Amino acid sequence: MKITPTSNSTPSTNTESAPPAKTKSLFTIVLVLLLVVWSGWQINFSVNELMTGLPQMGSLIADLIPPDWTYFSEVTSPVMETIQMAVLGTTFGGLLAFPLAMLAASNIFQAAWITALSRIVLNLIRTLPELLLAALFVAIFGIGAVSGVLALMLFSLGIIAKLFFESVEAIDSGPMEAMTAVGANKLKWIMFGVVPQVMSSFMSFFLYAFEINIRAAAVLGLVGAGGIGLYYEQNLGFFQYGRVSTIIVYTLVVVLLIDFLSTRIREKLQ
Amino acid sequence: MIEFHNVSKVYPNGTTALNNVDIKIEDGEFVVVVGLSGAGKSTFLRSINRLHEVTEGEILIDEESITTARGSTLYRMRRNIGMIFQNFNLVRRSSVMRNVLSGRVGYHSTLRMIFGLFPREDKDIAMEALERVNMKEKAYSRADELSGGQQQRVSIARALAQEAKLILADEPVASLDPLTTKQVMDDLARINTELNMTMVVNLHFIDVARQYATRIIGFREGEVVFDGPVEEATDEVFSLIYGRAVQEEEMLGEM
Repeated sequence: MKITPTSNSTPSTNTESAPPAKTKSLFTIVLVLLLVVWSGWQINFSVNELMTGLPQMGSLIADLIPPDWTYFSEVTSPVMETIQMAVLGTTFGGLLAFPLAMLAASNIFQAAWITALSRIVLNLIRTLPELLLAALFVAIFGIGAVSGVLALMLFSLGIIAKLFFESVEAIDSGPMEAMTAVGANKLKWIMFGVVPQVMSSFMSFFLYAFEINIRAAAVLGLVGAGGIGLYYEQNLGFFQYGRVSTIIVYTLVVVLLIDFLSTRIREKLQ
Repeated sequence: MIEFHNVSKVYPNGTTALNNVDIKIEDGEFVVVVGLSGAGKSTFLRSINRLHEVTEGEILIDEESITTARGSTLYRMRRNIGMIFQNFNLVRRSSVMRNVLSGRVGYHSTLRMIFGLFPREDKDIAMEALERVNMKEKAYSRADELSGGQQQRVSIARALAQEAKLILADEPVASLDPLTTKQVMDDLARINTELNMTMVVNLHFIDVARQYATRIIGFREGEVVFDGPVEEATDEVFSLIYGRAVQEEEMLGEM
């Protein structure tokens, strides 16, 4: 696209810059529409079903009100467990993400095979959604919070390492060069040339992963990986909608509170 | 003592950065290296502490070859060579103290340095280094709060804390104004005379070079075309080094 070099105070008399071609945007719209229609056709989407389902949605919402207020004290301990799972999962994930991101950053390790291998590992981890990870760990380690923590660990490892290695690659090479010149070996070189430059962005990504993990931890119970999700599923199964809405409200409050705190801290880190 | 024995450097793309350089720099000299940009000054300087590899010949520091040094030997040799850069190369988010202490990492075990545990003596050494460049009162400021000249003096303090035997300075004043240029060059001159540290400094201002150098080495297309005491570096010599008459912008003036 061309930018007209005239100032905006005077009406443009410039005829050089032609308006952008319409055909391109038209083509895009048609393509997107085709994609939507094709997808809907493939999964047998029907507006009819949506229409018959809508009243049910309304009655469900009606059932959810009012929340069962007495249930709050009962779900406090699973809500706490959910938070604890997120804390542990994010911490372990972050600890593993740090070295993995260093290995994946091409300005830290010049050997192409190291960065390529680490990035393959990273991408593999990232392709697995957290629920699938949790189901896998439940199959291996059994039902309980441990499986949830492990799932969250891998999940946050993927998020943190990916964001972090990209910000490591953007740092100033000056201090690294200076550390080579003072005679630092590779580890000292990383500790003094790299780490002080990236620590605040690492903390920021860590908190971001924690925010996401709180939400993820809340659903892991659906596959038996501990936390509030199990209670959610049980109450849904017994049609205890008042209790379900208690859990929803509780989770919402916790998520909002943690998001708020984490965002504030991340702002301070900039 | 720095010795270059028939050193050449050819880049993979075929450019010759150094062509058969054969010189010796004695302890305590204040050498200024001059030449057009691309003449090989920077490569020359960076090959002394092996930030750049050479393709031919050998470089000896105090009769020990840095060209063939590996692992801990190379780290120890680099520890004895301080370096000052055009862009200061400080960690901008860290404190001045932290930056100066980073000059000490070569003296301690890796494990100790991972936890950042510097002994008390190191903090004294760092303070003393800061005092020498008049930056003691800024020890706990963040590096990015300082002006360019102050940052450069912190980077000199880092090289001092390193307790190096010689200091390499690659265009140390190129991004500074005339007044701070004088302060930084004075610091280097004082360190040279008081501590008898060898200085090898790349400069492009001819008048600054003449004022501080005891010896001038001129590079042109990777070759040493002049090497002699500062008194012999006349305008004709500079014209030879530059391949043309000396121009206005090669003088800082105002000094």
